[in-house]
Amino acid sequence: MEVFVQQLINGVTLGAVYGLIAIGYTMVFGIIGMVNFAHGDVFMISAFVALICFMAVTALAGMTGGAVFLALLVALIVSMIVTSLFSWTIERVAYRKLRGSFRLAPLISAIGMSILLMNFVQVAQGARNKPIPPIMRDTISLFEKDGFVVAISYKQILIILVTAILLGIFWYVVQKTPLGRAQRACEQDQKMAALLGINVDRTIAVTFIMGAALAAVAGTMFLTYYGVVVFSDGFVPGVKAFTAAVLGGIGSLPGAVLGGMLIGLIETFWSAYFSIDYKDVAAFSILAIVLIFMPQGLLGKPEVEKV
Amino acid sequence: MMMEAPAREPVNFAGLLKDAAFAAAIAFGLFSLMLGLKTDQTLNNQMVLVPRPGLLAAVVGLVFVGRFLIGYWQAVNAGKITKRKAPATPLALKIEKYGTAAFVGFLFVYPMMVLGTAGPSGAIKWIDNLGIQILIYIMLGWGLNIVVGLAGLLDLGYVAFYAVGAYSYALLATSEPVREFMAGVVGPTFWPLWAFWICLPVAGILAAFWGVLLGFPVLRLRGDYLAIVTLAFGEIIRLVLINWVEFSGGYAGISSIPRPSFFGVPFNATESGFAATFGLEFTPIYRTIFLFYVILILALITAVVSTRLRRLPVGRAWEALREDEIACRSLGINTVNTKLTAFAIGAMFGGFAGAFFAARQGFISPESFVFLESAQILAIVVLGGMGSLLGVVIASILLVGGVELLRELDFLKAYFGDNFDPAQYRMLIFGACMVLMMLWKPRGLISVREPSVFLKEKKAVSSDLVKEGHG
Amino acid sequence: MDDPPVPACSPRAPAPAERRILMRALSDPILKVQNLTMRFGGLVAVNDLTFTAGRGDITALIGPNGAGKTTVFNCITGFYKPTTGRMALRHGTIDIDAYVERLTDTPNDHLKSADGSLYLLERMPDFQVSARAKVARTFQNIRLFSGMTVLENLMVAQHNPLMVASNWTIGGLLGFAGFRKREKAAIESAKYWLEKTKLIDRADDPAGELPYGDQRRLEIARAMCTEPVLLCLDEPAAGLNPRESLELNALLRSIRDDHGTSLLLIEHDMSVVMEISDHVVVLDYGTKISDGTPDQVKSDPRVIAAYLGAEDEAEVEKIEAEVGL
Repeated sequence: MEVFVQQLINGVTLGAVYGLIAIGYTMVFGIIGMVNFAHGDVFMISAFVALICFMAVTALAGMTGGAVFLALLVALIVSMIVTSLFSWTIERVAYRKLRGSFRLAPLISAIGMSILLMNFVQVAQGARNKPIPPIMRDTISLFEKDGFVVAISYKQILIILVTAILLGIFWYVVQKTPLGRAQRACEQDQKMAALLGINVDRTIAVTFIMGAALAAVAGTMFLTYYGVVVFSDGFVPGVKAFTAAVLGGIGSLPGAVLGGMLIGLIETFWSAYFSIDYKDVAAFSILAIVLIFMPQGLLGKPEVEKV
Repeated sequence: MMMEAPAREPVNFAGLLKDAAFAAAIAFGLFSLMLGLKTDQTLNNQMVLVPRPGLLAAVVGLVFVGRFLIGYWQAVNAGKITKRKAPATPLALKIEKYGTAAFVGFLFVYPMMVLGTAGPSGAIKWIDNLGIQILIYIMLGWGLNIVVGLAGLLDLGYVAFYAVGAYSYALLATSEPVREFMAGVVGPTFWPLWAFWICLPVAGILAAFWGVLLGFPVLRLRGDYLAIVTLAFGEIIRLVLINWVEFSGGYAGISSIPRPSFFGVPFNATESGFAATFGLEFTPIYRTIFLFYVILILALITAVVSTRLRRLPVGRAWEALREDEIACRSLGINTVNTKLTAFAIGAMFGGFAGAFFAARQGFISPESFVFLESAQILAIVVLGGMGSLLGVVIASILLVGGVELLRELDFLKAYFGDNFDPAQYRMLIFGACMVLMMLWKPRGLISVREPSVFLKEKKAVSSDLVKEGHG
Repeated sequence: MDDPPVPACSPRAPAPAERRILMRALSDPILKVQNLTMRFGGLVAVNDLTFTAGRGDITALIGPNGAGKTTVFNCITGFYKPTTGRMALRHGTIDIDAYVERLTDTPNDHLKSADGSLYLLERMPDFQVSARAKVARTFQNIRLFSGMTVLENLMVAQHNPLMVASNWTIGGLLGFAGFRKREKAAIESAKYWLEKTKLIDRADDPAGELPYGDQRRLEIARAMCTEPVLLCLDEPAAGLNPRESLELNALLRSIRDDHGTSLLLIEHDMSVVMEISDHVVVLDYGTKISDGTPDQVKSDPRVIAAYLGAEDEAEVEKIEAEVGL
């Protein structure tokens, strides 16, 4: 029971990170029907930007409690901006021209972009693990039983809180603003949306930017939580987040968050109760199983074969 | 058709400069943190930031100049009539036919040429690192071409079959019980010498079996989803190879895998070795040359079989499937079987290549079967032009050979300092190439399709017409 | 080579000298659809539809947009599994009514007797409906293999016999003579249909480069290459100009008369329907509202009401009352 509650807390934290990345996949798939393969690497870049920012601020302001908080805040904001810029550039350079081209072209381009980003970071920042000094190590003990302390750390509270707030804002933007309406219109029919005066190119660009900004939140949280990042960190979390998006029902925003939570929980429980070695096998298996047996996901719309 | 060149508008330099400045500003935004500051670890494990303003300025400057030049080029060419896409002509097919033949002829004399020019010790590098390496990818490309190019099934996990082939051979050849059994039946020297030749078909069959096994559940999936599931399968196989240590040796892999013999004659310095048997002086180059011809023959078998398959009903059904699955079903084609044969035959060639790879390396580990390999093979097929055999050859030479050649650019150290290692830019350039190729020629280098049957005249089909409806 | 090629479907051709007035739906049925219902979620696309298509007849399925015609086609050709209902197709002269119940009680999808075979289409997957029951179809939005040549399209249609001739690829791979001979025959049969559809000059061009009308004819030729007993055409005249439309009529008649292939067609172009069909079934909102010869259907007030677009039930009743129903 104690282990269960502890893993639940850990799983929700991890799930928040996956959910944030998954939104980027699901929005882009929803609007232009492509798997943005490079999104995982965009997430990785955001963690690096946050790392550099954090180091820069703490180098100037020291490692006191207030400075660390400031550094994290700056890292989050700068990372969101820079990562959005990356995502915007990627869409502009590697995808826009291929929209409406033959089906494999954008996917191949995205795979190339993923390889490019990963190796760019490796060349620019080195291949080693990049740690930050341990921060916010304090925990709050929730209850204790038989010597096993169930605790939630400040980090975890921060992650869950920030995720919840940002999701709220994001939800409002997508549901209640003209921008969100334009996005949904483009999802349905780009030609018609363009005829109605919606700037399709800009709407798609904004979608990429929003996805990247949320991935940047995830990246900063990831860095805070694990305290280390490496250039190859985009691939596996990327695939897991994609799994989350598919599990939740691709194209569905609440689905992405739900899927992220489920994947986070499955991963932590799998590691705790079964085998930590096979946790990635479990993630990939879920991906395959979901795609094969329920490609519409939990909250997605079923696809009817048109004859 | 000739037309008067329209009065060209003067190039708007102010606009170009503005564009270039905008691009430079974006580049500054992108790179000021990621390139301008480097995270480094000091000797006592302290993380520090090292500013690199010079590098940042250089990159931003490069983007500025690059954007300006591209803009200028576009402005100059904007006035010109964009040539209507020339209709695909029989010429393209001729190039494909004779180009392939010429290339194969060249390959047969390549080891001799290199041996003649570089000598036995210098030639190994050129035959092994370049020749064999490229041929492995050509073979993999031709194998995957059946699945992706012909049947239109986007497979991102092809490396799994390569791994199945490699591990099948490695495990069988190094297995103690098999060796003992063979020693009991046909004598102790038999198995180490013949293991490769016996296991090669076994590896192919096992890979084909896995092709069907993994192909079966994904039959209903299409396009991107199929790609992702096959990716997942590829990763699962690799992760199992890593974690199931008792079976596969885990990260450590399998070593001292027997090398192929010259049909029973080993390549070693002993009395019964290849050199002694044929009265030659012993050098390792003979094995390398032999391996080169083995993979060349294997690759040619792949090419011949896939060319013939294309002209058979099953091959036509694959291509029809790529175009429109529903129409296929309305014509009575069993799409399940058709897809599975594509998976199986493609996987089989991957398995052959894998067995060869294990035999050539003498050592394998899961490191060799990462997703990047699948991406690389897929890139070769797509860049080559889906379905085109010659395209695969050209793409392999460009991507694998070109990137291998980076290792040769050591002279650049003179300019960039001793820490400069051109090889580390390999994958960076590879990724950039993939993106640029898609932007430039999304249909690949050779974008015509050769009809499998004709009445009067064989006309090439432009691949712009080729749909890929489902798959 | 100069001999007239043997048409693929000649064996079954009864070659009637003159057209009958009465349709053969009753005397010589080929397909019996009984109580066919297809629901998509809450939507009833086809509601308890029963009709019979006669052998050697051109049976037209007409009705306003959204009446469920294409859904019926998709059920017959196996692309949709109907919610309920039975679709029995016969080869030869086997008595459908005598055997259909017996077949239904078995788990099989077909039954052979000395007089022929009986198939239950709703039990067969789509590709088997074409391969075994010999029902071919075309599509409303043309589905050609546009990157393959015209000839290749027709060769794909002969996949199954060629597959057998190539010993499931192995004999073909080894270059056995039997396969080469069969392939030649397949090309001849393709040539026959290309002549017939006036596409022979374009045999080596990619199907995607053909003009629209040619594409429609090619799709029919491709379907005929599967040697069907029943050919289902989904709006074959859509988008054709009047001249092409006339040519199409001739082609369809020839398919019926010279090859003994029965036709089932969906059509909006009433001139085509009235001109060539022997039997017309009218659907509205998934329900059959009329069934008979073209003349009978033309004067049926329910059909008129459906086509004129009566606003609501009350109005239909009013019209019906006016014409004395």
